[in-house]
Amino acid sequence: MAILVIAEHDNKQLKTGTTNTIAAAAKLGADISVLVAGHQCAEAAAAAGKVPGVTKVLVADAAHYVVPLAENMAALVVSIADKFTHILAPATGFGKNFMPRVAALLDVAQISDISGIESADTFVRPIYAGNVLATVQSKDKIKVITVRITAFDPSTAAAGTAGSENVAVVADSGLTQFKGHELTKSARPELSAARVIVSGGRGMGSGENFKILEALADKLGAAVGASRAAVDSGFVTNDYQVGQTGKIVAPELYIAVGISGAIQHLAGMKDSKVIVAINKDAEAPIFSVANYWLVEDLFKAVPELTAAL
Amino acid sequence: MKVLVGVKRVVDPNVKVRVKADGSGVETANIKMAINPFCEIAVEQAVRMKEAGIVTEILVVTVGLPQCQETLRTAMAMGADRGILVETDVDVQPLAVAKVMKAIIAKENPQLVIMGKQAVDNDCNQTGQMVAALMGWPQATHISKVEPAGDHAEVTREVDGGLETLTIKLPAVVTADLRLNEPRYVTLPNIMKAKKKPLEVIKPDALGVDVTPRLTTLKVVEPAKRGSGVKLADVAELVNKLKNEAKVI
Ligand SMILES: Cc1cc2nc3c(=O)[nH]c(=O)nc-3n(C[C@H](O)[C@H](O)[C@H](O)COP(=O)(O)OP(=O)(O)OC[C@H]3O[C@@H](n4cnc5c(N)ncnc54)[C@H](O)[C@@H]3O)c2cc1C
Ligand SMILES: Nc1ncnc2c1ncn2[C@@H]1O[C@H](COP(=O)(O)O)[C@@H](O)[C@H]1O
Repeated sequence: MAILVIAEHDNKQLKTGTTNTIAAAAKLGADISVLVAGHQCAEAAAAAGKVPGVTKVLVADAAHYVVPLAENMAALVVSIADKFTHILAPATGFGKNFMPRVAALLDVAQISDISGIESADTFVRPIYAGNVLATVQSKDKIKVITVRITAFDPSTAAAGTAGSENVAVVADSGLTQFKGHELTKSARPELSAARVIVSGGRGMGSGENFKILEALADKLGAAVGASRAAVDSGFVTNDYQVGQTGKIVAPELYIAVGISGAIQHLAGMKDSKVIVAINKDAEAPIFSVANYWLVEDLFKAVPELTAAL
Repeated sequence: MKVLVGVKRVVDPNVKVRVKADGSGVETANIKMAINPFCEIAVEQAVRMKEAGIVTEILVVTVGLPQCQETLRTAMAMGADRGILVETDVDVQPLAVAKVMKAIIAKENPQLVIMGKQAVDNDCNQTGQMVAALMGWPQATHISKVEPAGDHAEVTREVDGGLETLTIKLPAVVTADLRLNEPRYVTLPNIMKAKKKPLEVIKPDALGVDVTPRLTTLKVVEPAKRGSGVKLADVAELVNKLKNEAKVI
């Protein structure tokens, strides 16, 4: 068994999902190579070599890998795929984008968003917004897999010392041109990596009112998230969305404020360790997953909570 | 420009599904079905582009049971021009759907293929990317904007940290995210009109495509329920619980 993990990184640092994906790979076997495709990405490659469990780092450094365009990433992965039995990437926006392309080019199925590993060919994955868990078996020669990162904790073993080698780059496809990014700048932790998340819903009423959540988040060192309704109403940008079609999170503490608890929202947060819900409606479905709930007006409860911490 | 839109019939997203007693799958008999919400957004996008004079013809394609004709009729009531049902009782997986789409693209030559980003039953998020791969075309997933201009299109994608803009060559595949548009309601006159629009039914064999599933579902279960929580009297009690019982702050 030989496993390839595709690293998500910004050329300098690894994104947190990469270490979780390596942890999932370690459940499959011990021969783990990590592909770092980027531009001037030596720092990211060095970081990958230190992740416990990694045996080898493969580096593809070229200007056209500065951002991971799906066409180029897929062609590169396919060019080295025949050496591996399993190819894994995080089921983040990064992995979701190019991994199905890899699978189709190899003429194999992709196993999306796995949350459990039963054996080398059998995996557990959530379907129907996490309301059902399916155990699926693949007989394909290469298993192409995306990993639900919240389901696999990074290894706490001592740092590794894997060596790196270069792999041949594949020429730019020229099909797609990167124009730019509009990224949300925030001093707060990333949603998918945060230990505590404070999320607001339609009940917040406006973007301006999110300030009271931010004050609470500052006290807790928390990330700020949102429901789809809050995003659609323009209170916050799309990258805040937690849920079936937003980010999947599982922090130690998730505080849902003015969120009703639609199944699509629960899909993104119900694996959190402790859930607190603040909602003025005593019948809100969010209470069915909450450990602690307050039936109160959020504009009273949230500032009180911030002051009490 | 001609556009092909892939639509899937799924359990209505507002229905809470149940696992069959024998754990072999999800109960779908006598359950409300609907067009996958992301496919509805994909159809809406095509219709808006036709209304704007960019698109000349909208073909909607679905792969599945005979009942999927209803899904095509819904799309045609929204404004699609004609439909193709590739009929099979196999529970088709994304790679098979992508191969069917490739065979239809070869006959129909669309300049743009719009799919949903994800089917809300299997939550795969694969098919559009696979179609692009099989065609050797560019792709843009999770889009919130698409503007064709000559031989290319400007697209905005929703990515984890915010937004990304790309220029992609046409023909291409794009997959619709929630904020691309808000689909219209279908009106009764349009439902009547849709009944007269052409709907072709073909079998995967006729396209030379093998739709046999690659993944075998061994079992399905409902996830463990969370224990029931407690209602607290006030913020002071909450702080106390978080500090001393849950020990998370
Ligand atoms: C295909 C599809 C995908 C989806 N994906 C997602 C997703 O990824 N994430 C997601 O979140 N949703 C998603 N949704 C939407 C989802 O179905 C719900 O519509 C959405 O989650 C509702 O957001 P909300 O709870 O903020 O709003 P609402 O349901 O309107 O709830 C607002 C809540 O705030 C409470 N409230 C109001 N004022 C106050 C106050 N002053 N004090 C205290 N409480 C107050 C109300 O009692 C209510 O419970 C999706 C839907 C579909 C169809
Ligand atoms: N059986 C199908 N028939 C037609 N289109 C489909 C089918 N399955 C998936 N698709 C398309 O692919 C998108 C993504 O589905 P999936 O990859 O299964 O999550 C859907 O929104 C549809 O546009």
